[in-house]
Amino acid sequence: MKGTVWQRLDFVARIMTPLLVSLCLVVVSVIPLRLPEASFVVPMLALMAVYYWGLHRADLLPAPAIFVIGFLQDILSGGPLGINTLIFLAAYGICVSQRRFFYAKSFLVVWWGFMVVAAGALIVEWVLISAFVEALISPRPAYFKYLMTIALYPVVAWLFARMQRTLPVVE
Amino acid sequence: MAKRPEPFQRVAAPLRAMAQRFAFLFLLIAAGGVLLLGKADPRVFDRARMVVTDGFAPVLDALSRPIATGAAIFDEASFLVDLRQQNEALRAENARLIQWHTAARNLAAENERLRGLLNFVPDNASQFISARVIADTGGTFVRSMLINAGRRDGVRVGLPVVVGAGLIGRVVDIGQRSSRILLIDDLNSRIPVVVGPDRERAVLAGDNSLQPKLIYLAANAQVRQGARIMTSGQGGVFPPGIPVGAVSSIGAKGIRVETFVTTSELEYIRIIDYGLAGVLDSERHRTADREY
Repeated sequence: MKGTVWQRLDFVARIMTPLLVSLCLVVVSVIPLRLPEASFVVPMLALMAVYYWGLHRADLLPAPAIFVIGFLQDILSGGPLGINTLIFLAAYGICVSQRRFFYAKSFLVVWWGFMVVAAGALIVEWVLISAFVEALISPRPAYFKYLMTIALYPVVAWLFARMQRTLPVVE
Repeated sequence: MAKRPEPFQRVAAPLRAMAQRFAFLFLLIAAGGVLLLGKADPRVFDRARMVVTDGFAPVLDALSRPIATGAAIFDEASFLVDLRQQNEALRAENARLIQWHTAARNLAAENERLRGLLNFVPDNASQFISARVIADTGGTFVRSMLINAGRRDGVRVGLPVVVGAGLIGRVVDIGQRSSRILLIDDLNSRIPVVVGPDRERAVLAGDNSLQPKLIYLAANAQVRQGARIMTSGQGGVFPPGIPVGAVSSIGAKGIRVETFVTTSELEYIRIIDYGLAGVLDSERHRTADREY
């Protein structure tokens, strides 16, 4: 790894891309959209990043990075701390352990995998928050959010895929 | 990376995999630990939370502006589309309001005279703090928002937050330049209110649906659909008389309330400081906890 300072800086920036993009998505997901009932509609953008990079370039988004992303999501969203951290880590663990299965499969299979992971994430979130407040809460807000999340995944994944082409292969 | 000799790699690779697995498990347990700790004492992470939020406040503030502008342009466009219809509706409303205006003036004058007769002590003068909404919650099951005013602007925990039409929530966390507002439809929101012209006391409880419900209503209370709901001032957190909403449905599953304000479309809010001590004063809360 030799080269000028600029080349090295460029390399580092590229390696950091998945993490920085994921953090940006967390911030974007809390921006007020001024749509009716926006908070029910906003898709789980950070989960998309966790899923995509967990499957395709887990080396550039290691588990501590996932922790940071989840923690930031928890802090900014104002919910109980640790919930998104736990969900993202679990989703990431599943992605990393199953990535051989998804290797070189068509996009539809990957998308289907995301539908399963997103459903699992929302169910776990619902269960955890219900346990946290010690009451069964209405799962209704999750339905629409789920649909938005899986509908938007192809778009975000396409952007990620374009990004991935510019990322260097380490080792 | 330079190539390493073979034997080293043979030992290092499984070791590294193990370390990675261990780190993953450790992080998972840490996240669970944070969750449990937060459940045991919600105040533990408050400071860290507000420091991070404060750090992100300028970013969120900057990012929320173009979206607000976009929304304003869209509003303007849709406004122009039905300008004619709106104009007609407004004329009709204006005619009606002029009558109300006269009625209100008469009542105000009468009120003043009666107050004079009774030596009535008026409410404390209140201060207002205006702020912009810089973040909506990203959580599915949490209803809160961040605003760009904090301790340095005089915001305190527990202060009620309103817009023109009515109450939207209260301040729960404060940082130096940002604060978090718990909205009235959040799970954790409980607001003492009075219902209708009979001023029946009840508590408005959020449950994450669009319409919070009324609980702890007296068994013989008469509540009609459309009855107006205002804060009662009990508990000393909210001053009495802030409009909240109207009863929208009465059914087997309880009484639902349509709030006057749709929280998702807010851009600016106002925080009212009535100089009330409040039961939500965190310092007092903490010492009380210790005493028990």
